[in-house]
Amino acid sequence: MIRVTRKYRFSASHRLHAAGLSNAENAGLYGKCNNPYGHGHDYEIEVSARGPLDPRSGRAIDPAALDRLVEEQVLRPFDHKYLNTESAAFQKTVPTTENLAREIYTRLQASWNSVFPGPWPLLDKVRIAETPRNIFEVSETHG
Amino acid sequence: MLITKRVEFSASHVCRNPLLSDRENQELFGMAANPHGHGHNYVVDITLEGDPDPVTGMVLDLKKLKDVVNREVITSYDHRFLNYEVPPFDRVVPTPENIAIDIWQRLQPQLAKDGGRLHAVRVYETPDLFVDYLGETA
Repeated sequence: MIRVTRKYRFSASHRLHAAGLSNAENAGLYGKCNNPYGHGHDYEIEVSARGPLDPRSGRAIDPAALDRLVEEQVLRPFDHKYLNTESAAFQKTVPTTENLAREIYTRLQASWNSVFPGPWPLLDKVRIAETPRNIFEVSETHG
Repeated sequence: MLITKRVEFSASHVCRNPLLSDRENQELFGMAANPHGHGHNYVVDITLEGDPDPVTGMVLDLKKLKDVVNREVITSYDHRFLNYEVPPFDRVVPTPENIAIDIWQRLQPQLAKDGGRLHAVRVYETPDLFVDYLGETA
């Protein structure tokens, strides 16, 4: 079994503001991340897949196929977007990077079979760095 | 405890399965199938598992680890065309997956002699693509 990881980047803006809380509570909870005009990050994501080696190619995944999936499911919907207003997923959910990591994992998992129809490879995990110091990971065991 | 040593080598390779036609190889590997080959600056993270020795405070002497890695891997791989100069890549496609497995097989028995327990081999083909191999049982 081999785990293969590919890195991608996108830039997006967001504002952390929970609908169920007052303005003062939001400001207290999220601090500068609650700035009403939003703010942005250069997100770096790592998508890991795992599987046995395909004897024909000597590879565990086709990186070009993973690129297509990530382009379609992650980069196109999120790159250079304001997540709060332009992404259906964050109309009601706060676009914290925890929730963004889950959304990306869910989107990749939902379309995985269209790109990888066989039993292998499987989606192993999604790791997203909001900044070089804030990093979030989602996998099957750590949903 | 896990300890990781990072080493680097530069090499060229071509991703091509000799059992397939040129067209099939091109479809499967794309640019990487260019028969003249191309190169990468590979980065390898070698991770060992163990407890610090009560006397030395070390899991394994890093100097020893460096010597084994240089002898078994770097001197064979560095500045070589893997397919032509480094077995088993005359018959095994030198994908990063297979490179990780080969590095594991070269290191594991040597490290075991000094009581080292290999935990993982991570091979970065580029900063944006890497593979992890944790041995046959993982």
